[in-house]
Amino acid sequence: METSCSLLGCGTDDDDRSWGMEDYAGVLPRWCPGCGDHGILTSVERLLEAEQLAPERTVFVSGIGCSSRFPHYLKTYGFHGIHGRALPIATGVKLRRPDLDVFVVMGDGDCTSIGAGHWIHAVRYNMNMVALLLDNGIYGLTKNQTSPTTPQGHTSNTQPRGSYLIPLNPIAATLGVSNASFVAQTADWIPAHVYATLQAAYRHRGFSFVRILQRCPAYTADLFEEAVRNPKMIEMLVHPDGVDVPELDKIFTQKRVHDPKDLDTGRHLAEPADKIRLGVFFRDESHPRYEELRHQRVHTAQEKIARMNQEFDKYAV
Amino acid sequence: VPEHTVEIVSDSGEGAQKCGQAFGMVSAKMGNGVWTVEIIPAEIQPPPREPAGASGNRIRIGTKPVTNWGDAAHLVVAFNEQVLVARHRLEALHEDAIILVENMWKTHDDEDIRRQWVEVMDELSHASYRIIEVPMEEQCLTITDNPRRGKNMFVLGLLSCIYGRDVELIREMIRTQFRKKAPDVALRNIELMDLGYHWAEEHLDFRVDVSIEKPDTAMIVMNGNQALAMGAIASGMELCAMYPITPATSVSHYLGEIFEEFGGIVHQAEDEIAAAGVAIGSSYAGKVAFTVTSGPGLALKTEFIGLATMVEVPLVVLNVQRGGPSTGLPTKVEQSDLLACIYGQPGDAPKVVMAAATIEECFHMVITARRIAEALRCVVMVLTDANLATGVQPFARPALDPRWQAAPIDLSPVPEGAQPYGWDPELGLSRRFIPGQPGGLHTLTGLSHDENSKVAYDPESHERGCAMRSRKLAVFQETLKRPEIYGEDTGDLLIVGWGSTRGAIEEAVDRARAEGQKVSSLHLRFLSPLEPGLREIFAGFRKVATIEINYSDRLGDPHISAENRRYGQLAWLLRAQTLVDVDCWTRVPGEPLRPMSILEGIRSMMPGGRS
Repeated sequence: METSCSLLGCGTDDDDRSWGMEDYAGVLPRWCPGCGDHGILTSVERLLEAEQLAPERTVFVSGIGCSSRFPHYLKTYGFHGIHGRALPIATGVKLRRPDLDVFVVMGDGDCTSIGAGHWIHAVRYNMNMVALLLDNGIYGLTKNQTSPTTPQGHTSNTQPRGSYLIPLNPIAATLGVSNASFVAQTADWIPAHVYATLQAAYRHRGFSFVRILQRCPAYTADLFEEAVRNPKMIEMLVHPDGVDVPELDKIFTQKRVHDPKDLDTGRHLAEPADKIRLGVFFRDESHPRYEELRHQRVHTAQEKIARMNQEFDKYAV
Repeated sequence: VPEHTVEIVSDSGEGAQKCGQAFGMVSAKMGNGVWTVEIIPAEIQPPPREPAGASGNRIRIGTKPVTNWGDAAHLVVAFNEQVLVARHRLEALHEDAIILVENMWKTHDDEDIRRQWVEVMDELSHASYRIIEVPMEEQCLTITDNPRRGKNMFVLGLLSCIYGRDVELIREMIRTQFRKKAPDVALRNIELMDLGYHWAEEHLDFRVDVSIEKPDTAMIVMNGNQALAMGAIASGMELCAMYPITPATSVSHYLGEIFEEFGGIVHQAEDEIAAAGVAIGSSYAGKVAFTVTSGPGLALKTEFIGLATMVEVPLVVLNVQRGGPSTGLPTKVEQSDLLACIYGQPGDAPKVVMAAATIEECFHMVITARRIAEALRCVVMVLTDANLATGVQPFARPALDPRWQAAPIDLSPVPEGAQPYGWDPELGLSRRFIPGQPGGLHTLTGLSHDENSKVAYDPESHERGCAMRSRKLAVFQETLKRPEIYGEDTGDLLIVGWGSTRGAIEEAVDRARAEGQKVSSLHLRFLSPLEPGLREIFAGFRKVATIEINYSDRLGDPHISAENRRYGQLAWLLRAQTLVDVDCWTRVPGEPLRPMSILEGIRSMMPGGRS
C-alpha cells in the first residue's frame, strides 16, 4: 500500500502537519439528545487524532438512516449514499484507491436487512477497511419500525403486537462467512471500550467488523437497560491480541480470556447467553485482502496503445 | 453474385455457432463485407432435435460492406431436419434456397425419428427449395469416434469449398482456437475441415462466388461486445464492475482475458446493484469506471444511477438490450429499454443516453461516453443490443489516440474557496474534487444539497440543484451536430430509427426509393438529449414515423384508438419534444428486422396508403 501511496504522490514522509480532535469535527450533529451516536462520533474523532489520519486521505462511507449522517459530522471526505449500499461504494473506493483509509458506517436496517447481501460479500472480499454496525435494534429515522435485530416481542409501528421472530445475530452471522477476519462487539455506554475496539479494528489489516450495541432514546430506550445498570451482566472477552482495557476491570469484573485466533470458541461465545459479551470474537490477518489480490500496476497511455494494437492485429482483415 | 446469405443450424452444443463465427471471420478477413447474427436458444443444452432448440448463425457476405442480416438465407446447412424446419417456419429461407441437410436421420434405428424426417420433408416439399442430403455423420466417423463434436468443422470445410475460402487462413484460425488443448485436437479438427472440403469438391455441383474488393484502409473484424470491451480499454477506464447477465456478459469474458494487461480489472460483484455501487465508488475516488448489463440488471441498478446523477459522480453504463419486460427474451434482440434508460429513475434524473448503430460505433461510443461523463459529471448510458453483441462485422481499424484515455488522477490541493458543486449558473457545470486532494473535504449526499454539499431542503436550494443538473444537458445538446438525412431533404415520408436497425432501414429505404416512393431516413445516436434541428428536418416531410424493435399498439386492433394508442419508444420522445404527429411501425420478433418487412412497413405508412 505504501507503493500506491508514493505512486500517487501522497507519501506521508514529508508531511509535518498534525491534527487535533477539533480538526476532524464537521457540522453540529442533529441526532436526538441521548442518542448513542454522539458518543461513537467522539470515539471516532479520538481515533482519527490518535492515529493522526490525514483528513483528505480518510473516507467515511455510509448508507441511509440516523447513523448514516455520520460523515456529515466529520471533516474528512465522505459519501452519504443510499440505504443498504454503503459497502459496495466503499469496495469501489478501496479497490481503485488502496492508499485511502476507508470507514463504513451502517445502521442495523442498513447492514443486516436491505444491505445484508453486501454485508456477507464484504466479509468475503476482506478489504482493509473498518465497518461499523451501529445497532440500536430499531428503524429510527423512519420512525419506529422493527429491524432484524429488534428483540422478540418488542412493539413497533409495523409490529404493534410485538416482533414475531427471534432477532438476527450479526456477530454469529459474520463469523459464519468464509474469510471473516476481524469480528468484535462493543457497547455505546462504555466509551473506553468503544475506543479500544475501534483502535484494534483500525490497526487490523483486513475487513474489521464492529457491532456497537446502542439504544435509541426515542424507540428502544430500555434496550440493554439491565446491562447498563448492572455491569455483571457484561462479560468482557479479553486478550493481548484482542481488546483489553484494564481501567474497566474494577467495574466489569466478569472477564473471560478468549484468544481471538480460536474461531470455534468465538462462534460458541457469539451464541445467545445470559450475558452480553463484548470484545474481539475473532481475528485473523492471514486472509488475503481483495484489493491486494486485484492490484494492478499503472500502465501509461502509450503502453496501452501498443498493447491494443497487438490485440487489433488478431482481428485484422 | 454481389452478396449471399448462409445459415448454419444445429442442436445446441453441436457447434454451428462456432462454425458460423469462423466462416464469418474468415470471409471478413479475406475482405468481404460481413454481417452475422446468432440464432441462440436461451438454454445451454435444450433437448435435441426440437425446432425451438435451433442454434446457429446467419452470415450475410457481400462484395461491398454489409449493413444488416438481410431477408432470407440462400444456403442453409442443417444438422437435423427439425432445426431446419424451424427456420423454414420462421420464413428465414429464400424461396429458392439450397439446403444441405444431415441424412443420418432418414435411416435412423428409431422409427419415430424416421417418421419425423418424412413429415418434415413433406412439409418442405411445398416450397421450391433444392434439398441435398449430406452424410455428415458417416463421413466424420472415418476420422472421429464422436461426430457430434466434429461435424461443425466438416461443415466449415463444405462452406469453404462452396465459397472458395482461404483454407490456409482457416487452418490457422483452428490452430489458434485450440492452442490451449492438446496438439492433436487442432490436428483432428483440421482433418475434419479438409474432409468436408473434399466431400464438397467431389459431390456438389455448384459454387458461390462473392467477389472480393480489398478495402484500401486497414480493417478489423470483431463482435459488438468485443468492440465495447476494446472501447472501454481505449477510453482509459480500468474497472468493469458487473454481474453475469445475457447478452451483456461476454464483454466481461473478453476483458477478463486481457484487461489486466492494461492495468484494468473485472470485478464480478455479488449482484447488479453492487456492480453499480462499486463502479460509482471507483469513479468517486477518481477512477471513472463502468458497469455493463441488460434489462433486468438495469432495473436493479436504478437507485444507484439516481444517486450518481444526484451527487454528480461520472458513471458509464453499457446496456446490451434484450427482449423484455422481466426476463423476457434473454438471448434475443429488442429496443425496449430506451424510455427506462432516459426516465427510469424516480425523481428527475437527467443523463446522457446514446445508442450504437454498428459494431464500429460500439467501440467509439464507450470512449465518447467516458469523456462526456467526466466533463458533465453525469451518468452516460450506451445502448447496444443482442444483435450487435454477438454479430460480427468488419470496420475501419481505429487510429488509437492517447487523448481518448482518462488523465491520471490529480491530487493537487483544491484552490481556496472552491466548492464541491461550484456550479457555473449559466452552464450547470462544476469542478469535481476527489479524496486525496487537500482542501477539498466534503461529504457527498444523495439528499438535496447546496453548492457546499450541505444538506439543504429549502425550496431555493432544491430548485437550483435540479436546474443545474438539467442545464448541463442543454449546454451539451448545443454542441451536437444536426443529424444527416439519408436520402432527400424533403419527401412524403421520413423514417427515424436508432440502434442496430440502421442498415436494414437504409436498405429498405433504398428499395422503396427504387419503387418510386419519396422516402428518406434519419438515424439518431443521441437520444438524451435529442440531436438538434429535428423539428426543422421533420418539416420537410408530409409524414414522420419511427421504425423500432419494441412494442406499440396498432390502430385497427381491438380497443386501440388515437386516444389510447401506446407508441414506439422513440416515437413517444419525438412526439413530446417536437409536437409533430410522429407515427411508428414497430415489431418485436426477437430477431433483427428484415429489410423486406421494413419495406412493407414503409409502404403501409406512406401518406395516402394503408395505415
